[in-house]
Amino acid sequence: MTSTAATYDVRTAMPIRVELARQFRRRRTVVTYALLVLLPLIVVAAVKFGPQSSGSDSGRRFGGGSLDLVGLATSGAWNFTVTMLFFATGFLLVLVTAVFLGDTVASEAQWSTLRYLLAAPVPRRRLLWVKLVVGLLSTAGGLVLLIVTSYAVGWLAFGGGPLASPAGGSFSGPDAVWRVAVSAGFIFISLLFTAGIAFLMTVSTDAPLGAVGTALIIVIVSSILDAIEALGDLRQWLPTDYTNAWVGALQPQIDWSPMARGAALAFAAFVVLVGIAFLRFDRKDILS
Amino acid sequence: MSGIGAAVAAAALFAAAAGGAAAADGPSPQSLIVAGGPTSRSDPRPVEIDADLYLPATTPAPAIVVAHGFGGSKRDVTEQAQALADDGFVVLAYTARGFGESGGEISMNAPRFEVADARRIVDELARRPEVLTDAPGDPRIGVAGGSYGGALALLLAGYDDRVDAVAADITWNDLRSSLFGQSWVPARTLGVFKQWWAGGFFSVGLDQPGAGDDLCGRFTRAWCEAFDRAATGSPPTAGDDALLAASSPASVTDRVTVPTLIGVGQADSLFPYAQALANYRQIRGADPENPVRLVWHGGGHDGGSPEPERLTVMTAEWFTAHLAAGPAVPTVPEVTLVDGVLGADSRRQPVVASVPDLVDAPRVAVPLTGEGGVVRAPAGGAPAAVSSFPGIGGLAAQVGMAPPGQTVSFETAPVDRDLTVMGSPRVTVSLAADPPVGDVALFAQTRVVTAAGTETAPQGLVAPVRIERVGPTPTQVTIDLPAIATRVAAGDRLKVVVGTTDAAYRLPQRPALYRVGIGDDELLLPVPDDVTTTGQSAPAWLLLVVPLAAVVAGVVWALRPRPPRPESRPELVDTPVVVEHVSKTYRRGPTAVDDVGFTVPRGVVLGLLGPNGAGKTTTMRMLMGLIRPTGGEMYLFGERVHAGAPVLSRVGSLVEGAGFLPHVSGRANLELYWRATGRTGDPGYDQVLEIAGLGTAVDRKVGSYSQGMRQRLGIAQAMLGMPDLLMLDEPTNGLDPPQIREMRDVLRDYAATGRTVIVSSHMLAEVEMTCTHVVVMHRGRVVADGDVVDLKSAGERLEDVFLEIVGSDRTVGGG
Repeated sequence: MTSTAATYDVRTAMPIRVELARQFRRRRTVVTYALLVLLPLIVVAAVKFGPQSSGSDSGRRFGGGSLDLVGLATSGAWNFTVTMLFFATGFLLVLVTAVFLGDTVASEAQWSTLRYLLAAPVPRRRLLWVKLVVGLLSTAGGLVLLIVTSYAVGWLAFGGGPLASPAGGSFSGPDAVWRVAVSAGFIFISLLFTAGIAFLMTVSTDAPLGAVGTALIIVIVSSILDAIEALGDLRQWLPTDYTNAWVGALQPQIDWSPMARGAALAFAAFVVLVGIAFLRFDRKDILS
Repeated sequence: MSGIGAAVAAAALFAAAAGGAAAADGPSPQSLIVAGGPTSRSDPRPVEIDADLYLPATTPAPAIVVAHGFGGSKRDVTEQAQALADDGFVVLAYTARGFGESGGEISMNAPRFEVADARRIVDELARRPEVLTDAPGDPRIGVAGGSYGGALALLLAGYDDRVDAVAADITWNDLRSSLFGQSWVPARTLGVFKQWWAGGFFSVGLDQPGAGDDLCGRFTRAWCEAFDRAATGSPPTAGDDALLAASSPASVTDRVTVPTLIGVGQADSLFPYAQALANYRQIRGADPENPVRLVWHGGGHDGGSPEPERLTVMTAEWFTAHLAAGPAVPTVPEVTLVDGVLGADSRRQPVVASVPDLVDAPRVAVPLTGEGGVVRAPAGGAPAAVSSFPGIGGLAAQVGMAPPGQTVSFETAPVDRDLTVMGSPRVTVSLAADPPVGDVALFAQTRVVTAAGTETAPQGLVAPVRIERVGPTPTQVTIDLPAIATRVAAGDRLKVVVGTTDAAYRLPQRPALYRVGIGDDELLLPVPDDVTTTGQSAPAWLLLVVPLAAVVAGVVWALRPRPPRPESRPELVDTPVVVEHVSKTYRRGPTAVDDVGFTVPRGVVLGLLGPNGAGKTTTMRMLMGLIRPTGGEMYLFGERVHAGAPVLSRVGSLVEGAGFLPHVSGRANLELYWRATGRTGDPGYDQVLEIAGLGTAVDRKVGSYSQGMRQRLGIAQAMLGMPDLLMLDEPTNGLDPPQIREMRDVLRDYAATGRTVIVSSHMLAEVEMTCTHVVVMHRGRVVADGDVVDLKSAGERLEDVFLEIVGSDRTVGGG
């Protein structure tokens, strides 16, 4: 047995790449990403091989009609991509966010690894910060994966071509990239609301599923409240009121206003929730 | 009230829905009866006008007369009146004659009757001390109204020069061309009668309180008969024309020289853009210096997406600027751009464009092609195309339904650049009929076809055209298509659809066939050069998220846990563990550790003993910085212990079982753990794995391990990097006897190198064989500590000593 004395440098505790390695080997991560890859494949299979409706063109169409976003889905890879974003923003991406942020600390508690990391010692704030960054990176990665897969699948199924705006006009090449990038950017920021709730939950419980589920329930309740007409203008204070505000990026001239409101609300909620999560975790007795 | 009445009332004013909160807070208005103009041609007695007076906080103040829409009453404008009173105006809202509680008959804003009533109201305001006056008998006064009330506002300004400012929304310039739509330019004949609209209005007039069973309801005889003629297809008589002209602002706009705000809705098939444009041009022509503003907004008589709040604010600012010397307001025309992606969202802020050259926008000619074809006008006018449901709602950008065979269309090539079209496109078609046809009605619409093939009809309106006779020789017919405000993207095509029917109009009854072709191979689009979009700027308070984030970050930073003082005790630098008066009380629970103190010297294997709940694990967790003691101090190598204390890097630990990532192998777990610890130096993987003795299983996922394997790997993890202090809680759990003996040697050897080991165990015999020192805890306290040899008298077993100390409580375990 040698007696080489180990030294310690707090700056090297819990590097982000180590946490990435710890998380990306998990089945949870693989399954979540697989869902995002499957969505466009399932939709394309449904369109291509599903029951054909009558009419010359309608066999390749689905959705509510020619005026809306979904109705244009089969007109090319870009439109298919934004349609997949539309399908995913309501629940799938919220679920992905809740899993990545809600599971991250609670699962360590469940595996009993949390106490060994903290006693290593990984400073608590360092641990939370890395957990937050990796959770958000994983969420962003899921979003990018969905977009890239949708584009590839859409390109194979429906060909390239410009992004046709449901509001009239079309965007070609770099403009289409810009529009989709703005959409994706806003979707990511609006997901921060879910991320904030899930992150606060994950430091508050030792049950990963409980944290994920609680975050989902809060987001769903917010969506239900948003659907209650009687609440009138009060609804504009619900972060979920802006779930689809990113379609403003598909207007001939980008309509920033609802996106700005939604982004500001989601970000404000995120900052406050994450702040509470840090303060809670600072002083928490680790009993797991 | 019928559907039409409700819609007209809803659309009737600048602000139907705004200012609700203000209305609830403000004082209730004062009801009064104003003696109006003569009751009728034959009855000179003044008619009783039912009015409400709203007073502002301070008087005297300028006054505003608020007139309601057709079929409504003073109650429909309560919210707007209250909002204006809150802005500092005396407001008088009244019910027009022929409606509600007011007396008299409906005369469609006739100068002798409704306008006279309004002038008596101005007289009434001039007498009131609360109203600011410019001269005796001349109050400082503005008039606001929508639709029926808007025409009254313009007419009053023309007839009474005491009026100082006007806000007239969604109203007419010329009643004849409003009710008989004619988009043939220049208009040569009477247009197509808007039967659905006119009939709707008439029925609202019939339905007023006090109408009785009279066929004419509360309409005057003259208007009643004029309507009957129009509805049954007779052209207006000279008398009817005189009535229509007298009730039209066009008759007085050359005398309107006060600041005038003119609103028009984009969803308005009754008083379309052309009517507002005529008012705007005529009033500007009367005095080029006079501020006049045109606002082409969402909504209108057809419904659409109204913007009541924006218009309320705009109206109040207009009057504040021109009656109360408030901040200047611009006169640049404004146009709302209504785009739909996922359907209308009423809460979405509209995109509003300032368009200085709106009314004289340059025209862009785009080539128009199409074979043309024969269209059929059905007998009796049915079935008919539907473009709007007057009074119920328009179809917005939807392409309406048209029965087959009734339409022909022409298309442009894809436009080569983005165009913002604002105003009426103009098209010329050629029209022929063999055999000739008398009384021809046509309806034309502009559509946008995107590159992707979607087709929309911006604003969804149709342009009616009436021609008295079409023969075999083609007639060139130039049509001003409905005004549209839309963006046409490069690559989109424009399409002109010409049809023979529209359900909202009185259609010719005889069947006919026409050949429709292109008259002029260009479609002229009004494309303003100067379009500045506003209104999509987000409210400034959104920027508050930046200071909010800074504040939250600041609070979180300020509340960061600080190491307790003193941070170190240099004299203890060679003592691995010093615990002094440490207590831990959980918020909802008993005191787990109570005033515990002990010292662990270097190079010993110390046994921590005690029954369940003695506080051994809590003490160990506190020494690892996982649990905060409620009192006392703990030092490792002279450094104070707290969460994340760097000195913890000299400690390896195993408490209440091992913790591993189940999805990776044992080896990878150790590697990932070491890389996360922040420790540098040689982790000694081979040595610790040898101690773990897992064999080839070390490369299997930990999820498949037995408890003993996990335990051995946990001890190995604690030993990574050979820390100076090893704290093991029940290390022999799950180990078989040979492994236990092996572990005993490992721990002894470990301490022999000058390092220190703390072991808690319930197997007292084991502790006896392994440990040189013991600390015995019971019920949160240290009840004995010292050298194992000192503690037990000769021949005694440690177990006997232990039972002696803890008394009858025989439960011994890992609590």
